[in-house]
Amino acid sequence: MKVLVTHPRQEIEVPGPTRVHQLLQRLDLTPEAYLVIRGDELVTEDTVLQDSDSIEIRSVISGG
Amino acid sequence: MRCRKCAHPAVIKMPRHNTSLCKTCFTEFVHTQVRRAIKAHRMFTADDRILVAVSGGKDSLTLWAILLKLGYRADALYVDLGIGDYSLRSRQKVQRFTDTVAAACQSTLHVHTVEREQGAGIRELATLVHRPTCATCGTMKRYQFNRVAIEQDYDVMATGHNLDDEAARLLGNVLHWQTDYLDKQSPALPASLGGFAKKVKPLYRLTEREIAAYAVIHNIDYIVEECPMAKGSKLLAYKHALNRLEAESPGTKHTFYLTFLDRQAKKQETNGMIAQRDQERLHPCTTCGQPTSTKVCSYCQMMAKAVGDSQGQ
Repeated sequence: MKVLVTHPRQEIEVPGPTRVHQLLQRLDLTPEAYLVIRGDELVTEDTVLQDSDSIEIRSVISGG
Repeated sequence: MRCRKCAHPAVIKMPRHNTSLCKTCFTEFVHTQVRRAIKAHRMFTADDRILVAVSGGKDSLTLWAILLKLGYRADALYVDLGIGDYSLRSRQKVQRFTDTVAAACQSTLHVHTVEREQGAGIRELATLVHRPTCATCGTMKRYQFNRVAIEQDYDVMATGHNLDDEAARLLGNVLHWQTDYLDKQSPALPASLGGFAKKVKPLYRLTEREIAAYAVIHNIDYIVEECPMAKGSKLLAYKHALNRLEAESPGTKHTFYLTFLDRQAKKQETNGMIAQRDQERLHPCTTCGQPTSTKVCSYCQMMAKAVGDSQGQ
């Protein structure tokens, strides 16, 4: 599947199927700091992501 | 995963509340948290005119959206800082929200363009006054938001500060024992002196993740990328540290900040104390008339230095 991480910005390919929490673990990302979006929909950590999915992992941290 | 309230498919898991919610129940949860914040700190009433400080980011646009949805009279001010493409894109997001959502509620947008009004963008001003860009930006925004709120007769000024912002700021203040700043960490600061608008933070009970989730669910188109000037900021480091703690112990940020507020409330009538202290030490700036503890306020000092340095070059 295609995965876009917004911060630090990177586009990667990850083989599916995999669950959301496994994907975050694999990328060493803290769940509290990100939302996982499939298409226009938020998905929870137990959701199984398929090889054909296009995923955005959006950072929610802001502020200077 | 199912919603704990209605068993529809969940869209978000919230470990700090040990729950998962669907779109409808999560929306109600967010609105309830904002209503609780407004009521607990007597932030404003349905009759008050509110000026929301918007940046194009998730917090401020979501705040504006929620206040309008809850039926409040909320206009907004955007300060265009002149940070190249970033400011261009963030201004487009604010304008789009204004045209599509706010206009339908007869709500208006004010814009202050720093480059046009002050003669230089925020980065150039920071260079001229030899201060960090974020500090210069903070002074500029505080000054302009207060000025517009006073000049346009708004009853209160609202910012999109969230639980993560407040917990991170509290951590920073505690780590450096900046106890003078702790009293000002209330989600509502009174209009303690003529020339100072009342300031409130209606999102202080919600995390950044919850606010971003609300924005996604309600199609609020905000600027996702971080301000390029914020790279390396201490506040971001504190937020990352708190999120690591939160992962180990859900509810850490909530307990840290809300318990602090409880202790402050028990310790003293903070608002009354701030108002009294401000009246004792503040007076009008000799240049612009806004309240200050020095002869000339920090904004006018900054602008005088910028003008002097640019003429000296």
